[in-house]
Amino acid sequence: MVDTQRTLLLGNLAAVEGAIYAGMRFYAGYPITPSTEVAEGCSRELPKIGGRFIQMEDEISSIGAVVGASVSGMKAMTATSGPGFSLMQENIGYAYITETPCVVINVQRGGPSTGLPTKVSQSDTMQARWGPHGDYTAIVVAPSTVGDTVTETIRAFNLSERFRTPVVILMDEIIGHQRELISLPKPGEHQVINRVKATVPPEEFQPFRLTANGVSPMAAYGEGYRTISTGLTHDPMGFTTNEPKEIKVKLDKLRNKIMDFRSEITKLRVEMMDDAEIAFVSYGSVSRAVLLAVALARSAGVKVGLVQLYTVWPFPDNKLRDYCQKCQKIIVPELNMGQIVHEIRRVMPPDTEIHSLQRYDGEILTPMQILEKLEEVM
Amino acid sequence: MATVEKTKSVEKQKSDVVLNYFRPRKKLPSVWCAGCGNGIVMSALIRAIDKLGYSKDEVAMVSGIGCTSRMPIYLDFSALHTTHGRALAFATGIKFAKPHMKVIVITGDGDCLAIGGNHFIHACRRNIDITAILINNHIYGMTGGQGSPTTPSGSISTTTPYGNVEKNFDPCKLAEAAGASFVARGTVYHTPQLEKAITKALDHNGFSLVEVISNCHTYYGRLNRRGDAVSMLNAFKENSVTTAKAKKLSPEEMEGKFLIGTLHEDDRTEFCDEYQKVVDAHMGEK
Repeated sequence: MVDTQRTLLLGNLAAVEGAIYAGMRFYAGYPITPSTEVAEGCSRELPKIGGRFIQMEDEISSIGAVVGASVSGMKAMTATSGPGFSLMQENIGYAYITETPCVVINVQRGGPSTGLPTKVSQSDTMQARWGPHGDYTAIVVAPSTVGDTVTETIRAFNLSERFRTPVVILMDEIIGHQRELISLPKPGEHQVINRVKATVPPEEFQPFRLTANGVSPMAAYGEGYRTISTGLTHDPMGFTTNEPKEIKVKLDKLRNKIMDFRSEITKLRVEMMDDAEIAFVSYGSVSRAVLLAVALARSAGVKVGLVQLYTVWPFPDNKLRDYCQKCQKIIVPELNMGQIVHEIRRVMPPDTEIHSLQRYDGEILTPMQILEKLEEVM
Repeated sequence: MATVEKTKSVEKQKSDVVLNYFRPRKKLPSVWCAGCGNGIVMSALIRAIDKLGYSKDEVAMVSGIGCTSRMPIYLDFSALHTTHGRALAFATGIKFAKPHMKVIVITGDGDCLAIGGNHFIHACRRNIDITAILINNHIYGMTGGQGSPTTPSGSISTTTPYGNVEKNFDPCKLAEAAGASFVARGTVYHTPQLEKAITKALDHNGFSLVEVISNCHTYYGRLNRRGDAVSMLNAFKENSVTTAKAKKLSPEEMEGKFLIGTLHEDDRTEFCDEYQKVVDAHMGEK
């Protein structure tokens, strides 16, 4: 492990540092550009701390092994990119319904299909929310710098353990393959959350019981509880059910345990929004260019600000509305054909002017392009 | 008369053992058809576990999708009923995370060899200490009788209505070639032998496969005019040859027969053991 001093670190390796800090000791993955350095880093670092790394035969089995390790009590992670993320979806759905904590990193590249393995994109924003079939609620976080990647990875594990759910980290090729000088967190600097473990006698234990905070305590395999996890819709005991009432209770639980605690999950960065008349709303690496564009526009006297989404899903409806309430215009720059912009249209009053700034040719949005859009909108 | 009494008492003891391993609070009956071979395999597996003296807590039973894959839900072990074909991948996670656990995968011919084929050969290759019980009934039962990778050429299924034009897998040969260090085959007719084969497989350190030839009289039997469960079991008796007996038979005499018994055994190094060596060598390094 790298020492807790200033260090020049690759974004993908920052994810490894953050994960290990959060207690991740199990990694299963399959190589894919531009995420591979996460696997390589884990293969190097995990044996040194008694952890486990396995290169699986594909992405389907990688997320499968991650879930297997998690039900055995370990904090587990995998990392992939576009095509691999698509392959993982069925078993991510399995983690949703079995309420198994785990972290999936998607270092986004261009698509569809093999697309642009070495080029940046943010075109999996909707897939991260709606990838697996069926009804569930997803937690998705998005760092924008190498430093963010450490803290957002820690936060992703904390959210995953706190809410007993998979958490997706939406990185992108720019963050993954960028080196920045950062300070690694010291022990104790960030809170590390561990899942609530079962304490009642095994004969009274219900692995999916409804609780006040929506999250059921969890028993690891081999520790006396002998629970069932099944991908079939199940009752609080984990037994499969076809009863309409029980089905609704289970699906409501998957949603409510997250949506009822949305304010605990959402995280935004707000820059120069106090008197802003025009707001940029962005996430991921694009936010860096936006920040520079905002600073340049401010120095020219334009009242503009930035709201950056660290939590992309669940979408921060109320917070965004509050921050942007004085803005007549919102610009949403994304490296895709316009995905999160629809959420902003849904949330904001109908008289707000909302502009989508899109780029999907594998290149970044530059501060100049963002300023041009600002001028056009003004 | 005394023999009958003795037999009855032995059978009672055997069924008592099985009853001890049912999951409390789980309602029966099972989803399996009357006469299904899955129950016979489940009993043999339980008796093997009981004989080896494993505690219920150290066993994890993992399955995918299909009739066979319902088994872990009925039994009092940690159970992971996963997605179609992926049981071995999930099981790999459990075993690697907790190497002291006895990880058993219950799978069927469609689950293991079609959608799960890739995971199967790689679990064999790694030689990770998981025991896979592959119940081969030569057809997809749960979805209503479609052809599987072990449906024999020429056989009828609901997706091969004019006879199967494909060749079928031999899972045991596949496992051995891929690197599994213990491979055995049994049938649901030969229950004492099956129990022994499963016991050996569980006790083996490395990837072990027990293929169990079983009956789906509901679909395979009906579509191919093989009669009821009893006639299918009798056919397994007629057509199987033990490895010991096979040595004395000519290729002509073996025509149309299949082997039962231990088919392969070696002492290749096991995956978790090898990884532990890496951890021991590098633990604490900066």
